Amino acid sequence: MEREMTEVMSGARMVVQALKDQGVDTVFGYPGGAVLPIYDEIFQQNDIRHILVRHEQGAVHMAEGYARSTGRPGVVLVTSGPGATNAVTGLVDALMDSIPLVVLSGQVPTFMIGTDGFQEADTVGITRPCTKHNWLVKDTARLAETIHQAFHVATHGRPGPVLVDIPKDVQFATAAYQPPQKARVDHYQPKVKGDIEAITRMVEMIETAERPVFYTGGGVINSGSAASQLLREFVDATGFPITSTLMGLGAYPASGKGWLGMLGMHGLYEANLAMHGCDLMINVGARFDDRITGRVKDFSPFSQKVHIDIDPSSINKVIRADVPIIGDVGHVLEDALRLWKSRGRKVNREALAVWWKQIAEWKAVNCLDYTPSSSLIKPQHALQRLEALTKGMDRYITTEVGQHQMWAAQFLGFEGPNRWMTSGGLGTMGYGLPASIGVQVAHPEALVINIAGDASFLMNMQEIGTAMQFRLPVKQFILNNERLGMVRQWQQLLHGQRYSQSWSESLPDFVKLAEAFGAKGIQCAAPADLDDAIREMIAYDGPVVFDCLVEKHENCFPMIPSGRPHNEMLLGDAETEGAIGAKGAVLV
Amino acid sequence: MAPLNIKQGSTQHSAYDLRDPHSEVIEQHTLALVVDNESGVLARVIGLFSGRGYNIDSLTVAEVDHTGHRSRITIVTRGTPAVIEQIKAQLARLVPVHEVHDLTVEGPSVQRELALFKVSGKGEARIEALRLAEIFRAKVVDSTLESFVFEITGTPEKIDALADLMRPLGLREMARTGVAALSRGI
Repeated sequence: MEREMTEVMSGARMVVQALKDQGVDTVFGYPGGAVLPIYDEIFQQNDIRHILVRHEQGAVHMAEGYARSTGRPGVVLVTSGPGATNAVTGLVDALMDSIPLVVLSGQVPTFMIGTDGFQEADTVGITRPCTKHNWLVKDTARLAETIHQAFHVATHGRPGPVLVDIPKDVQFATAAYQPPQKARVDHYQPKVKGDIEAITRMVEMIETAERPVFYTGGGVINSGSAASQLLREFVDATGFPITSTLMGLGAYPASGKGWLGMLGMHGLYEANLAMHGCDLMINVGARFDDRITGRVKDFSPFSQKVHIDIDPSSINKVIRADVPIIGDVGHVLEDALRLWKSRGRKVNREALAVWWKQIAEWKAVNCLDYTPSSSLIKPQHALQRLEALTKGMDRYITTEVGQHQMWAAQFLGFEGPNRWMTSGGLGTMGYGLPASIGVQVAHPEALVINIAGDASFLMNMQEIGTAMQFRLPVKQFILNNERLGMVRQWQQLLHGQRYSQSWSESLPDFVKLAEAFGAKGIQCAAPADLDDAIREMIAYDGPVVFDCLVEKHENCFPMIPSGRPHNEMLLGDAETEGAIGAKGAVLV
Repeated sequence: MAPLNIKQGSTQHSAYDLRDPHSEVIEQHTLALVVDNESGVLARVIGLFSGRGYNIDSLTVAEVDHTGHRSRITIVTRGTPAVIEQIKAQLARLVPVHEVHDLTVEGPSVQRELALFKVSGKGEARIEALRLAEIFRAKVVDSTLESFVFEITGTPEKIDALADLMRPLGLREMARTGVAALSRGI
């Protein structure tokens, strides 16, 4: 039935209608006084599925997991006051990692704003620096259009979270509904095509470079699957080596012949030395984060740098680009590839062969090597077994934040984009469990595993209840070292082995905890039992909390200590004495 | 092909950026923004400066297009060339910001500020204050037997200069609007 363009409805119904018209199938949320009219409308329809979370932070991370694994914006609905403030961590997380989210929050009625009403908070004020943009809607006639604009802003240009704050009287009042095609999306139309002169310069540099490297990031994944395809084609056709940030894993397959592994603070030796020694660096959708650059003054001192980014403010923010290209990664790669082909597919083959020989020497160092054990499970070993036993499966991985996250990035291989969700920029402990639930909602048949630490898991463990309620068989793979492992590692290296507050005292029995929620708990303590236990986890049709008891004092290597350049990596425990000087110690 | 709109004295549209990008010299720049006059837009701009540690020397804002609901914000800021570029890019990224102009590099511009001075005194000082005001083309907008309020318009430097001269003559209070600026020519 054709919907009347000017149909009059309540603000609450408008919200649901606008979500439907935006193609939303799932909302993650938690009800409360200021959003009751919207929940009443959700009750009276079946097109949009509502996932009831246990804490609003969980809702936002679930929406992030949903968005990152589908490429579509995640949608969150929370009440005023504490509902909105609980969502703040997730908003900043999404802002840092450029994840498109639309968060709708209830607000006290317009006539009560400013009176310190019950559950009133200045939500647009609090979330202004936490969002790409936000709106307070004071007039029902503007509500539908604002929601459509919110989707437009969240998904165009560099993606990010947006928030629409909706007072309760605006939800009750009626007005004419505006469909998406009539909504003004204003002037917000960021440029996607790159400057062809700059692209030509990049192609010329590609033709003559002797020691090139592609350095790719989350921008490739945000640009869509076509961008990942173009990247693969470009890398394979040129024969250039490629490394990626934490955010960009999967854009180029881990099995690809150009793959060097992740770069950065806990990146691979060959990847970081290639960055340090290259003469041409092609940054595709990455932002020269401080985890990547190390000491800025000594960052890749011999290279010309090309920087492709959709956000002009990323260019020259940290590292000066010799050839800046502002545009969408997919569009720029398409133009560059076409131009490079039409000019005869030239590269400096001889120099490249020498460069790859050098890289092979770095690879031979075998930087991920660790001392195996037959009595204790090494965390690296646990991940290697998980990788081997899940290879080829329809698998999605989320992580919490810490040592386990870095080991997961080092030891798990990703063959495609949108398969790896981790909190990169903000480093939010408690991200992985709810994110895994969001992924599973979007991909009900897939194997979704959250690689967790014992401490991170506890931060949002209440969401196991959500997984149970909605029959989402997420697997929580906890590398349990009874420590805040990364904090402990830094205290060992930086603070004279004074392990201040980095023990996980009074840990729960994770198996009983799982069972209390109605989920399955598995504990594994011996390397010999590991494979069978992992198989049991995969085979179980329901949420599993896997308590993998690992070596308690394992450190994560390689490591570039804070304030050091790429060519001063630590490869193992033997090198860590006095590794970080006073200047480095002030850095995070 | 449309001719490039290059203003006289401009460095931005030159084939080469004539300023040294690695310079650590602190420069003062006057930026003009055209923004949607919506609730919170000023907070967004100011929050960007405080959140990212940039400086504001002066800021003025008022709606300039009542039908289109557009406001013009004039910001005088300072930083190294790299910081200034970053400030402009960050401002341009805000959704309600339509235009960002760097009047300092886009060519010659006029910059004006209005100030009100309250000067109190008797006898010779009072006459001297009036004489100085005349030299600076300040107007008397309020007068009692023991005080004047002068209105002066000019560059911030001119206002500073008059303030320095008035201080020993009994300058009691001063109100300044901050800089409003426009590029010269069309």
